Amino acid sequence: MRAINMKPNFGWHVVLACLPFIALAAAYAISSDARLTANPNDKLLPALGTIVEALRLHAIVPDARTGIYLLWSDTAASLFRLLSALAISAAIALVFGIVTGLLPLARSTLGPFISVASMVPPLALLPILFIVMGLGEASKITLIVVGTTLKLIRDLAQRVEEIPREQLIKAQTLGASTWQIALRVVTPQTLPRLLDALRLEIGPAWLFLIAAEAIAADSGLGYRIFLVRRYLSMDVIIPYVLWITLLAFLMDYALRLIQRKAFPWFAGARSA
Amino acid sequence: MTAITFDKVWKEYGDHVVLERINLDIAPRSFVALVGPSGCGKTTFLRMLLGEETATRGQILVDGVPLKAEPDSDRGVVFQRYSVFPHLTVLQNVMIGREFEKSALLGKLFGAQRRTAIEEASKLLYEVGLAGHETKYPASLSGGMQQRLALAQALNRRPKILLLDEPFGALDPGIRADIHVLIRRIWNQNNLTVVMVTHDLSEAFRLGTRVIAFERPRNRPEELERYGATLGGDLPVPPVMPKTQAGPQPGATITQDFEVWPRKIAADLNGASAAPDAPPDLSLPKDSEKALH
Ligand SMILES: Nc1ncnc2c1ncn2[C@@H]1O[C@H](COP(=O)(O)OP(=O)(O)OP(=O)(O)O)[C@@H](O)[C@H]1O
Ligand SMILES: [Mg+2]
Repeated sequence: MRAINMKPNFGWHVVLACLPFIALAAAYAISSDARLTANPNDKLLPALGTIVEALRLHAIVPDARTGIYLLWSDTAASLFRLLSALAISAAIALVFGIVTGLLPLARSTLGPFISVASMVPPLALLPILFIVMGLGEASKITLIVVGTTLKLIRDLAQRVEEIPREQLIKAQTLGASTWQIALRVVTPQTLPRLLDALRLEIGPAWLFLIAAEAIAADSGLGYRIFLVRRYLSMDVIIPYVLWITLLAFLMDYALRLIQRKAFPWFAGARSA
Repeated sequence: MTAITFDKVWKEYGDHVVLERINLDIAPRSFVALVGPSGCGKTTFLRMLLGEETATRGQILVDGVPLKAEPDSDRGVVFQRYSVFPHLTVLQNVMIGREFEKSALLGKLFGAQRRTAIEEASKLLYEVGLAGHETKYPASLSGGMQQRLALAQALNRRPKILLLDEPFGALDPGIRADIHVLIRRIWNQNNLTVVMVTHDLSEAFRLGTRVIAFERPRNRPEELERYGATLGGDLPVPPVMPKTQAGPQPGATITQDFEVWPRKIAADLNGASAAPDAPPDLSLPKDSEKALH
């Protein structure tokens, strides 16, 4: 049988999907073991037990000095920054994406500007943001907003332009004004596509968050990773990285779920 | 009662003459079927009537008034596809015309107004045979059902002119026959002037009170760009061959023009009731079809 025709059944699908994860874990365990046998004080690849102990100290034992649970307070701080920034980005992108996608006059005015502005590397703006807005929450949130909004606007404007011309004509023959078309025809069709675009921006958003936290913060997942780096605490860094990965994955999953539940028509319309 | 007049209308895209010197009077209550080879400008003609495109030269008059330069609620339209809104259910798709009309700010109706709109929409859906499908989304309807939905949606706004661009082109013959009956009934019951583009001659003669053929008189490839389609020949019943035009004839224009049911229009105009689903007289179409070739 040709390889392109060999399809796994569900059981095999699960087994195959787990394979890379198991392989990575096994490779880690073997290398860690080898290094620790050679040098019991090696910090680079800590044993599973060491990692679990570090996780326990951060997650379920309050910090000796401040009395807070570090993992949870770091998570809360990071998620607050990330989610508020993404909410702001989404709101701005929705408005500007629809306006530039729908109105030729706005497209002429803003289109070239957005194209140029979206080429500015956001991390290069970070020092400016710190200088102008200080080292508080505002500058970190702004960095994420700046880094994600322009691409979201461009993406959404494109999605709006892709709405078949026939629909806009049809709406006009039904007597709709520009405002009514934006409200009843374009916005509802743009929202599920906004969720798609947001999913693609989760990765960059974490990148900007961790960068900002690494440079100036007193809490946050990125802050903790870069803090313990000084002591080569791989036993803390590794579970934090895994935790961030899990959070990003869950956000992606949640967006997909919202899209399916809130816009039941979308899957059918997309494949049509 | 809506008469449409094309007064020496030309349409060019840059150097490319698509339509030229279209002179046409469409009587109120006509059902005009437009036929012609692919690319001769039928859709362009319809888009000008829709207000989506403007004529390069000449003007289009509706009841003697120049046409508004953008689509509006007096002209309904059904395209070959993408005519309905994918994010609205069947019922919402039909209601939305009324909502646009009555609610300028939100485009949405509430309370008693909403109930009236739902009632009207349900009645229309029943008429086009979509009762029972109100809560479905268009993606889960068949092609024929989507086109019937598009018709109901357009009719709910009570247009004076209904424009159809190959609305049944993608449907299989059985379903097409059903829709033909439906569109005839709609045309009989509403005070509509219909202009329909079709690729199917028998459909044109079955439905139309008048069949107009567009053609480019010149068909050599190097001349195609320079000469648009034109409208030529005027064939009253009984059909006679089109007059041959003297001299070069650039651009596509009307080459054949059949009055298929002149008496029927006259009867309707005089207020006499026409049988809603009268079987179309096919003997005349047969002759006319031959005359077209
Ligand atoms: N926006 C445009 N810009 C340039 N040329 C155009 C444009 N729209 C249409 N044309 C040209 O006008 C001619 C007529 O196009 P039109 O779509 O009206 O043909 P049609 O008769 O509807 O064909 P079909 O039967 O295939 O639908 C074509 O040669 C096309 O290339
Ligand atoms: Mg066409």
